[in-house]
Amino acid sequence: MNTEIAGVVIIFIVTVLLAIPLGRYCSKVFKQEKTWLDFLQPMEQFILRFSKINGSQSMDWKENMKAMLVLNFIFFLWAMLILLSQSVHPFWNPDGITSMEPTTAFNTAVSFMTNTNLQHYSGETGASYFTQLLVFCFLQFVSAGTGIAAMAILFKGIVQKQSHNLGNFYKLFLLSCTRILLPLSIMVALMLAMKGVPATFDGAESIVTLQGDTVIVARGPVAPMVSIKQIGTNGGGYFGPNSTHPFENPDYITNGIENIAILLLPIALVFAFGFYIDKPKVGYAFFAAITLIFLVFVSVSVYFEMNGNPQLTQLGINNSLGNMEGKEVRFGSAASSLWAVSTTSTSNGSVNSMHDSHTALSGGILLLDMMINAIYGGVGVGFINFFVFVVIAVFISGLMVGRTPELFGKKIESKEVKIAAIVALAHPFFILVGTAIAAHVSSGNSEIGWLNNPTYHGFSEMLYEFTSSAANNGSGFEGLGDATPFWNIACGIVMMLGRFIPIIGPLAIAGSLASKKYIPESAGTLKIESFAFTAVLLSVILIIAALSFFPALTIGPIAEYFNK
Amino acid sequence: MKTYFLPAIKITFLTIILFGVIYPLFIVGTATLIAPGNGSGETIEKDGKTVGFGLIGQSFTTAKYFNSRPSAVNYNAAATGGSNKGPNNPEYLKQVEERISNFLSENPGITKEEIPIDLITASGSGIDPHISLSAALVQIPRIAALRGLSVIELKEIVLQNTNSPTVGIFGPSTVQLLKLNIALDQLKK
Repeated sequence: MNTEIAGVVIIFIVTVLLAIPLGRYCSKVFKQEKTWLDFLQPMEQFILRFSKINGSQSMDWKENMKAMLVLNFIFFLWAMLILLSQSVHPFWNPDGITSMEPTTAFNTAVSFMTNTNLQHYSGETGASYFTQLLVFCFLQFVSAGTGIAAMAILFKGIVQKQSHNLGNFYKLFLLSCTRILLPLSIMVALMLAMKGVPATFDGAESIVTLQGDTVIVARGPVAPMVSIKQIGTNGGGYFGPNSTHPFENPDYITNGIENIAILLLPIALVFAFGFYIDKPKVGYAFFAAITLIFLVFVSVSVYFEMNGNPQLTQLGINNSLGNMEGKEVRFGSAASSLWAVSTTSTSNGSVNSMHDSHTALSGGILLLDMMINAIYGGVGVGFINFFVFVVIAVFISGLMVGRTPELFGKKIESKEVKIAAIVALAHPFFILVGTAIAAHVSSGNSEIGWLNNPTYHGFSEMLYEFTSSAANNGSGFEGLGDATPFWNIACGIVMMLGRFIPIIGPLAIAGSLASKKYIPESAGTLKIESFAFTAVLLSVILIIAALSFFPALTIGPIAEYFNK
Repeated sequence: MKTYFLPAIKITFLTIILFGVIYPLFIVGTATLIAPGNGSGETIEKDGKTVGFGLIGQSFTTAKYFNSRPSAVNYNAAATGGSNKGPNNPEYLKQVEERISNFLSENPGITKEEIPIDLITASGSGIDPHISLSAALVQIPRIAALRGLSVIELKEIVLQNTNSPTVGIFGPSTVQLLKLNIALDQLKK
């Protein structure tokens, strides 16, 4: 077997093997059972007591939602304050970085609060060390913690019987950060530091190269930031070009570690659901369904990238390494494709190759990945999105067999289905409306200078930006000139709506499910882990994605593919 | 609303300290003790002088060195990035054709089919420290002629500076360009 493909296979296998025990552990954390990290309890209790929060107080879905929204609003204010005052930061700013332009600051604050980490600034020139740590590093923890806590509330809603108690958001949020994200981040950060990723407060260094040029090399506290960006499906890199930068991702082994870190928690949380409801089989069935789509996507992307850019093959050069534009020699085209599909599946958004330079259909796969936004998905919210598809699939299955649909012993009625449908349709709505407006503005002003590439690919750049914003992904077809007020504000709004609507809707469903009577399983109960249901579920996901997005994909990547 | 705001502000304050200060300081502190280059990035020296960071690629454009890949940012390690050109962009394809003809004129005797793709495409970071093995080998005849070295000794230093796939089976083979060119200088001044 080709060594590049062997690398891809081993990365995925190791991830799954690690994700199963991690899923079991996460389920224990959500249920607040004993774990080996209980020695952290005094610190957590101190944080809660200082904040005057009673962690064992039960709250209903509305109270939990308010707690989440207010907390996120404070995160946003903090980020805005720091980004707009960088020029007066008294320390941890050795390179003298100045304050951000207001709309870029708005976009960046929203982006990190919503776990998107779309970056319209460039790390080495736009953010001081103080900002990188106290805003970006901090928000990458708490935005991921917010998502995981929201998911834990959903879990609780599914198992509760005739109760309004959905647990306590603050406690779940804190435990997600301290018990899940923190230990994983420390492990990954130390591994990366050992492999040469900088972790320092020294400023940039000037060097005379062997050839005699003078270059300035930017560095900083990179390792702690890179590890949480991968673990928490954030993707906010330290440097502009993210994990293509050798200081973020020095070699093939760190690339493997980081790719595993991207996929690990999103996959583990699917298993965690099975353990949480005491039916591990359901977790495995969900995993199998999503993984099927994932592996097809990886294969398509790897195939096209390893085959290279047909336009360059035509020139008669040696194209055996595949499409190397925007790619690093140390990763090669196969590992770059696996990463690209991993990062768009999980709403991570960190990159180890430039997605803008992928071949047409590989770029199309990355778009479709974010359009579905539930193939593992971001930490917490990925499973929540997936759950919305489950509700719709249960409803459709119920219609097919002519029974009132039931999910985990609860009747699914019109209220739940309505909410699920709105959430499922909101995603394509934000993406397509946003892209349509941008395409209209851009086509009317040819001198506007947004696009780095003409025709179909230029359209894909705009489509990608809105898809990435709505999916809270954060990667980009980075050729797009997006550091302008239009993109800053439009993407900022889409990121907020794309973050909170898919959390609030399912929380409302959870609240309503929790209060319902439990109906014991009978011979007529739909088996959620059965092959038949998995097939319906997959069809629902593909039909919703294909029907809503196919026209847009046709004038983007598909037209680009056929127009050689 | 006060019931939500005060706890939110306080828990934000404490989590900033924990995740924005204590966590990174712990990692930086540990790295200073155990990481290569004390966590500041490992440098490479030649004759007692620092000539670069091991991980950060630098521009090699003169004919007597093994040349680096093209870069969208000209190997500026303070403002890195890729070209972000789409595969069908006509402007981009013209640029690649220019790179091919430049390479052919600088390397007489080499045919088009021998030019490896990485030598005519820009990396994502713009500071790729490596080239592929075939990209190093294809430059040997030019350097041998310019420096009056034998093809065999050049091949030897290329292979000495080649990293084979991880544990022999995972990933591509790469050549660390800075180390290779230092070895080249030491071969004969």
